[in-house]
Amino acid sequence: MSELTRHSAARLAEMLAAKEVTSVEVTQAHLDRIAEVDGNINAFLHVNTEEALAVAADVDKARAAGEDLPALAGVPIAIKDLIVTVGQPTTAGSKMLEGWMSPYDATVIKKIRAARMPMLGKTNLDEFAMGSSTEHSAYGPTRNPWDLGRIPGGSGGGSAAAVAAFEAPLALGTDTGGSIRQPAAVTGSVGVKPTYGGVSRYGAIAMASSLDQIGPVSRTVLDSALLHEVIGGHDPHDSTSLTDPVGSLVEAAKTGNVAGMKIGVIKELQGEGYDEGVLARFHESLDLLRDAGAEMVEVACPNFKYALGAYYLIMPSEASSNLAKYDGVRFGHRVLPAESPLTIERVMGATRAAGFGDEVKRRIILGTYALSAGYYDAYYGSAQKVRTLIQRDFDAAFAQADVLISPTSPVPAFKLGEKLNDPLAMYLNDVATIPANLAGIPGISIPGGLADGLPVGIQFLAPAREDARLYRAGHVLETLLEEKWGGPLLSQAPDLRQFSGAETTSGAK
Amino acid sequence: MSEINREAVAHLARLAHIEMTAGELDKMAGELDVIVDSIKSVQEAAGPDVPATSHPIPLANVFREDVVGETLTQEQALSGAPDSADGRFKVPAILDEE
Amino acid sequence: MSAVTEEILSFEEAMEKYDPVLGFEVHVELNTKTKMFSSAPNVFGDEPNTAITPVDLGLPGVLPTVNKAAVESSIKIGLALGCKIAPSCTFARKQYFYPDTPKNFQTSQYEDPIAFDGSIDIELEDGTVFTVEIERAHMEEDAGKLTHMGGATGRIQGADFSLVDYNRAGVPLVEIVTKPIEGAGSRAPELAKAYVAAIREIVKNLGVSDAKMERGNVRCDANVSLRPYGQEKFGTRSETKNVNSLRAVERAVRFEIQRHAAVLDSGEKVVQETRHWHEDTRSTTSGRPKSDADDYRYFPEPDLLPVVTTEEWIEELRAQLPEPPAERRKRLKTDWGYSDAEFRDVVNAGVMDAIEETIAAGASAAVARKWWMGEVSRRAKEAEVDPVDVGVTPELIVELDKLVQAGKINDKLSRQVLDGVLAGEGTPEEVIEKRGLAVVSDDGPLLEAIDAALAAQPDVAEKIRGGKVQAAGAIVGGVMKATRGQADAGRVRELIFERLGVQG
Repeated sequence: MSELTRHSAARLAEMLAAKEVTSVEVTQAHLDRIAEVDGNINAFLHVNTEEALAVAADVDKARAAGEDLPALAGVPIAIKDLIVTVGQPTTAGSKMLEGWMSPYDATVIKKIRAARMPMLGKTNLDEFAMGSSTEHSAYGPTRNPWDLGRIPGGSGGGSAAAVAAFEAPLALGTDTGGSIRQPAAVTGSVGVKPTYGGVSRYGAIAMASSLDQIGPVSRTVLDSALLHEVIGGHDPHDSTSLTDPVGSLVEAAKTGNVAGMKIGVIKELQGEGYDEGVLARFHESLDLLRDAGAEMVEVACPNFKYALGAYYLIMPSEASSNLAKYDGVRFGHRVLPAESPLTIERVMGATRAAGFGDEVKRRIILGTYALSAGYYDAYYGSAQKVRTLIQRDFDAAFAQADVLISPTSPVPAFKLGEKLNDPLAMYLNDVATIPANLAGIPGISIPGGLADGLPVGIQFLAPAREDARLYRAGHVLETLLEEKWGGPLLSQAPDLRQFSGAETTSGAK
Repeated sequence: MSEINREAVAHLARLAHIEMTAGELDKMAGELDVIVDSIKSVQEAAGPDVPATSHPIPLANVFREDVVGETLTQEQALSGAPDSADGRFKVPAILDEE
Repeated sequence: MSAVTEEILSFEEAMEKYDPVLGFEVHVELNTKTKMFSSAPNVFGDEPNTAITPVDLGLPGVLPTVNKAAVESSIKIGLALGCKIAPSCTFARKQYFYPDTPKNFQTSQYEDPIAFDGSIDIELEDGTVFTVEIERAHMEEDAGKLTHMGGATGRIQGADFSLVDYNRAGVPLVEIVTKPIEGAGSRAPELAKAYVAAIREIVKNLGVSDAKMERGNVRCDANVSLRPYGQEKFGTRSETKNVNSLRAVERAVRFEIQRHAAVLDSGEKVVQETRHWHEDTRSTTSGRPKSDADDYRYFPEPDLLPVVTTEEWIEELRAQLPEPPAERRKRLKTDWGYSDAEFRDVVNAGVMDAIEETIAAGASAAVARKWWMGEVSRRAKEAEVDPVDVGVTPELIVELDKLVQAGKINDKLSRQVLDGVLAGEGTPEEVIEKRGLAVVSDDGPLLEAIDAALAAQPDVAEKIRGGKVQAAGAIVGGVMKATRGQADAGRVRELIFERLGVQG
């Protein structure tokens, strides 16, 4: 593998700026890496070779001409295939949108273009971002670079696996209940869910509008901060977009200490249901932070026990509505019913039956139920109240602490197929990430070490609009852990070139 | 106990415009029943005094000025259409002939 | 769906037995520059699927944004209907699948409309005033336009396929919903028409809608139910959709009253259903009964935020409201000095605004009325258009009137001048010149004509000499005929008396 793919985005940006390498070289190295390993990983649904190299060449030309370029100009990036792009297909991991080409760019894509970052392609995901394992993709599962028999998390398994497998230095993800953070945790990478409204959702195919948020995926905390500054900021196309400036996130990531920082340990996000190895790594991190001068306090969030229930009412309710537009009339797939009469009603029914996978149907039906006459108050209404209670829990916790900490995922990567037929077990993977989405607050997951050879993630949470605190605390813990490990966690990952096409360590199903 | 039975799912599938076979209805009814059972505790969480939160970050009066922006061309509009004619989207008959 | 001819009772008999209760949902399309939730132009008649953005097609990933001007127009409508304006209100999704609805939900308002609890006074043609209570006025978006192809009728029934144009999708709508209207009795159809006319007039006067019913700017769904006199509980109602002219509103309500009465008379139950109005047969047919498929699963629109109306904002908008139509009418009638009957005719002819403008341009109230209710209305009737669409401007009327006052032309000639102007022959002066229409004021040719007329009717000349001045009319007529109407009749009369040596 070319050494170029081992570098962080920050290091690549430095090398590009110093003209030690060209963007074409960097981009080509990643395209080569994709060609080399993605047959096993299946992180990419589309590889954007031509355009990526053209953008890279443009950047090189501009740099040679002495043009002033944005910080990440020439650094390539992968895009979760839930975000619409002109010139590349957008499928949302669904048959429903197979081959669909968006006539418009998402706001974040416009920003990526303005930042002059070559787009390597579109990454795999659970269909319409519904899942925690990327097994619900209509285009086959993505595999975990640490163990090809295991899941890379979800829904953004493709983006996480792409950066963990050195196929891309950076990627964009979306996080509705943990879809950036949980894949980051189980692949040993970094993922950030910004404050709700911090990054425009315009052009991110909606699952649950009040929970969805686009965010960075990377291998280092600093890289996420760099990307976050590119994609953040107000967008008039998104009414829920915040008008606040993005803030100095890179600077925060470079602060370098947590002395005097109060870190709240969430009592409810540990213990029962959490893997022993996960908890062991978690407590190691707490000790390191304490030793570094942070003040550790225990905080109670008694209403978190309702968070999963509230999430699995609000999310499917909004999703059932957001996904109504996929009907075979204006775009995407159309399937004709097997028998006459041929009416549009029946075409819609047949199209949606064939175009959606089981998990999507499950959530649409669940959401339809939660909103239907006679049930609204009991389900959707109650869930919205729980949201208020969760926010109050966070308010109380943040009165005691600057940031909160917990394991990101209760368990490391599980085997492909292990939870596919048990929706409830699958849903429990998000138990620690969901509260942040319900409250709209930002969260980060960073690598916390290994449990039985599999990565464990540590999550920091901060109050709304205080994303900078995540980067400060995250970067400090990252540094402390890497000192302990003698290098980044991902340097311990297996060399993927040893695997041939069909080889996996454990068979699914 | 079984709150969500096959008939209920059939009704919901009709509302959601998803055709389902008898087998799918049965399977879905079983799964949903388990899921709903596990999440209905939300009903006991909050009393009537707790307000609902629909947006995580409270904002209000976010408006767009009444100024015409960029539009799609007809070609762009129809580019993804499964079927079209005369610059319009073509759909099968809306009503079943009796 | 076959057309079943339904029994109806005579209106008189229906009214003898049953007490009608009405209710209306009127949709008003706002005339903002852009759509409710996108920056696409709000235009009528563009090429299909061009007045759209990704938002209006409901493409994957799009988000709505609220048009401030549409919110302000909605508040103005609320204020003009005497409504309270919600201090805070939200949008909600109304969910149903239909190919003209791009997202398969309509973004609307549900629990908290922007305006509620209002009332307006409706004046019927004979001056009777009914107060109609307004339950709510809420903001929402219009749907696209479906054209049904194939089949015989172009109707939805029997069509082979349909074509969808989303240009209209997302056009801002305000839906105005009344409380049940009781006590209208046999005047129910008339009240229905007057109510819709009043709404149309109010939104037009506010300048928030083009208010053209033929274009669907104002659309009415009419609810009708009957109950025996003395019964408090309402009967089962039908909802007749998209009744899109004032006359149709009146007829549809009348028809539904008669149909309900026949159903009740036969001991059957009225079905709660949607009805479709057919102008050709002047009857309604059954649409779709209410069913469990009508579970709209409303929930708060998560992509949009609440609209909070401050006292200052509302007062600022209130200050922009024009004079209400009813008050304006009262004022104009007094100012112009028209009788009740004259003024009602003016209003019914739809020329009140035109008369106001004509007076503003310099004509007297009497002259303005004479022209608009006379010559212009006559021409309108002939051409089967509205008087204001004949092509006569207030300025033209003023100009013609000045020429008459100056004696340059007379009334009869002024009509010919108007012909010329409308035929594109130029200004009135130019037409007079070209057609040689100026009043003959040179006494020479007139005297010749008078002498000829006197010679032709010596008996009449004798009578005039004998003091019967009223007999001069016959001679005047002869002269006017001889001069093809170009003579000034007053001057002719003077000259006749001069010639015959009598005092006029």
